[in-house]
Amino acid sequence: MLTRKIELLVGLFLLSALAAFLVLVFKVANVDVKVSDDTYTLYAKFSNIGGLKVRSPVKVGGVVVGRVSHIELDPKSLMPIVTLTMDERYHQFTDTSSVAILTSGLLGEQFLGLTPGFEDDDTSILANGDRIDDTHSALVLEDLIGQFLYSMSSKDK
Amino acid sequence: MVRGLGRAGLMLWGAIFIAPRPSKGVPLLIKQLYVIGVQSMIIVLVSGLFIGMVLALQGYTILVDFGTEDSLGPMVALSLLRELGPVVTALLFAGRAGSALTAELGLMKSTEQLSSLEMMAVDPLRQIIAPRFWAGVISMPLLAVMFVAVGVYGGYLVGVEWKGIDDGSFWSILQAQVEWRQDIVNCLIKSVAFAVVVTWIALYRGYYAVPNPEGISRATTQTVVQSSLAVLALDFVLTAMMFAS
Repeated sequence: MLTRKIELLVGLFLLSALAAFLVLVFKVANVDVKVSDDTYTLYAKFSNIGGLKVRSPVKVGGVVVGRVSHIELDPKSLMPIVTLTMDERYHQFTDTSSVAILTSGLLGEQFLGLTPGFEDDDTSILANGDRIDDTHSALVLEDLIGQFLYSMSSKDK
Repeated sequence: MVRGLGRAGLMLWGAIFIAPRPSKGVPLLIKQLYVIGVQSMIIVLVSGLFIGMVLALQGYTILVDFGTEDSLGPMVALSLLRELGPVVTALLFAGRAGSALTAELGLMKSTEQLSSLEMMAVDPLRQIIAPRFWAGVISMPLLAVMFVAVGVYGGYLVGVEWKGIDDGSFWSILQAQVEWRQDIVNCLIKSVAFAVVVTWIALYRGYYAVPNPEGISRATTQTVVQSSLAVLALDFVLTAMMFAS
């Protein structure tokens, strides 16, 4: 009788651990954009990516449509190249679209803001492996302050 | 000192590789899972709840000055997952289960139960040490996971129910910040490493305790002191390896 009670309690222990684990996985951690067949890849070259990280979201009007999957420096131009893994459901951006590195809030995390471009006869839909040419780099607060101070001092003279 | 390390290493080797036959081993393991895991549950769950609540309360008073109290969720969850969950669980585990293991083994030795097992041609490593070792290694990560889950709930209670942070932003910012590989897997790796160290020290101290009341009391104290220090030192090394890239 005693062993049955013990077995029951151990089973309960394992079950509650499993429940806690599932809570952690599904409630606490994020479920990332699956890197499988239903994604496509785009590239974008920036002059400065600021605080952009791998896994930062790509947003269109605040909706997450993809994630940054890789960041490296182009060995020739010495400029950062960002690889974007986009959700296949959103596969209708034209090659006139632009990406900018934006900040959520004043001190928040940085993300890629994608602005869909116009559609015309000479434009085409961005395909897997294409590069977005129209990019806006991160706003670096220190550069901004430096320029501001510079213009202030030149005005004084 | 070196000889002690050698003996401890041989014992660990024996506990890992001389597994008893499943028909005999599983009931022994279940008994130990009950003693080591289930009976440590209450203290781990209660401490987890309170630590989560205290973290949320302290974090709130600081974050509210910057108007960023919405980030309370990731602050509580990340500090629990990355550090407090594994470490505090291991410290509680050393005090609750490790000391009990050492005292039990020491008493077994002083009443010569271990040597009578050997006289009956039963390997005490197989019969006594291995089930206890595996039970410790299995239960500690499970306890740590429960600790973190309950702690996040404690943070939720204080942040959302008491201090009035928005429910939706608490969870969405939490989910945006916590990563599966970086945070949850590392939490599990840490707790498995701590489990091995704490259980190993407890078993070694008990198995080689001086078989008299004074020796057993000293061995129990040494288990708690040494495993706590080992956990804290190992935590620094693991954190440096995992997060300092």
